[in-house]
Amino acid sequence: MEAQKTNLYSYHKNLGAKFVSFAGYEMPIQYSEGIVKEHISTRTFAGFFDVSHMGQFYISGKNIEEALEKIIPTDLKGLKENQSKYSFLLNDKGGVIDDLIITRREKGFCIILNAACKENDIKQISKQLNDDHKFHLCTQTSLIALQGPKSAEILENYIKGVSSLKFMQGGTFNFENEKIYVTRSGYTGEDGFEISVLNTQAELLLKKLADSKVKPIGLGARDTLRLEAGLCLYGHELNEEINPIEANLKWAIGKKRREEGGFNGWEIIKKNLEKGTLKIRVGILPEGKIIAREGTKIFSTNDEEIGVVTSGTFGPSINAPVAMGYVNSSWSEVGTNIKLEVRGKKYEAKVAVLPFYKKSYAK
Amino acid sequence: MSEKKFSKKHEWVAVEGDIATIGITKHATEMLGDIVFVEVPDKGKSVEQNGQAAVVESTKAASDVYSPISGEVIENNKSIVDDPSSVNSDPEGASWFFKIKIKNNSELDNLMNKTDYDKFVAENPN
Repeated sequence: MEAQKTNLYSYHKNLGAKFVSFAGYEMPIQYSEGIVKEHISTRTFAGFFDVSHMGQFYISGKNIEEALEKIIPTDLKGLKENQSKYSFLLNDKGGVIDDLIITRREKGFCIILNAACKENDIKQISKQLNDDHKFHLCTQTSLIALQGPKSAEILENYIKGVSSLKFMQGGTFNFENEKIYVTRSGYTGEDGFEISVLNTQAELLLKKLADSKVKPIGLGARDTLRLEAGLCLYGHELNEEINPIEANLKWAIGKKRREEGGFNGWEIIKKNLEKGTLKIRVGILPEGKIIAREGTKIFSTNDEEIGVVTSGTFGPSINAPVAMGYVNSSWSEVGTNIKLEVRGKKYEAKVAVLPFYKKSYAK
Repeated sequence: MSEKKFSKKHEWVAVEGDIATIGITKHATEMLGDIVFVEVPDKGKSVEQNGQAAVVESTKAASDVYSPISGEVIENNKSIVDDPSSVNSDPEGASWFFKIKIKNNSELDNLMNKTDYDKFVAENPN
């Protein structure tokens, strides 16, 4: 299959992007300055990301909340217009089919889906629907993330009113005489926005941001930023064999749904909520400079294998290696000494508090 | 010191008497990106031609560094272990990886000179 390209491919190319194949798309992994500088620019000023490979899925119709609540374990009936929630699509065992952001719009919902999962997601969602329901995957708009402490100040210059949005809230605004939908959200641990902009205006928006000295950021820094922020990446921390309780994401289910259930995998999730899980996602800080990549085996101090690393890299803002992984729950307490097997040798590490990097979201 | 020689795996070697200094090329660092971890071989270790000898990691991934020729490690560069990013700034100078006592001079004949290496890189950019 030929790799797909986002609408902004040539724009990235002209900026000196290096590309990588990701979820069937040719995406920028980094630009000329490199991952560490892109990461630091985002944390100290602002950066923009083309995330148009992600699915922008719109769904509406009579009693759509009820249909979606079967596979999405969040309180959709209680979700107000323009409010967003982080949630999941769950399979029968409570395993995560995908993680997502769902926003109630004027009519129905908009769901942002992972690029690699979107086709299967739509198949799974369709199973819950009837003839009263309508959905489509929007291809008319690009999705741009603007992240970093200066995001609000900068974006306000071009899209009036966005700086009044609260974290996980969205709204329709005006950009160059066209409607534009903006949410205050992101995937870096910084304040920021995700902007659904017409394909025909996407490059113009990026040029304006670049005029304000905002740097383009590739998938490489997106990964180091989200990892420092302790955020899960589908296919690494999350998959169909892992449920949200094991992933330490029970907060995302919400109190009402945790108590009332009525979604896929509820029996298992309920049991896990009451009795705990066998394994759980934790943060890991290796000692020294050793980097524990995905697949690194985790051992207890008495050399019993207790888990595996799901993501690991160097964290530019904390200037140290960071990792996340799953360990047997009895070894999951923060501060627990563990060992990581890298290239045949065991290295000391500690279970650490997530996030590694403190967030600064707009409340 | 003699003219540097280069391997297809993007290592360089500079010979002085029976001692060879080994590092990775500027092109290698450009492909790797920001270097955040380096492991060099211990003194006294024997390395084989094209055998794994050191490790370099960028924010993206870990890569092995191979020894372009065989020999015994007599010195390693601890300063690049303490400051891996220095490999990006001076890969073909101060940020050498290790030095070996050369076992077999004829192995040097399999390596490229600067002109041939630059041509090789131009033909194999990735």
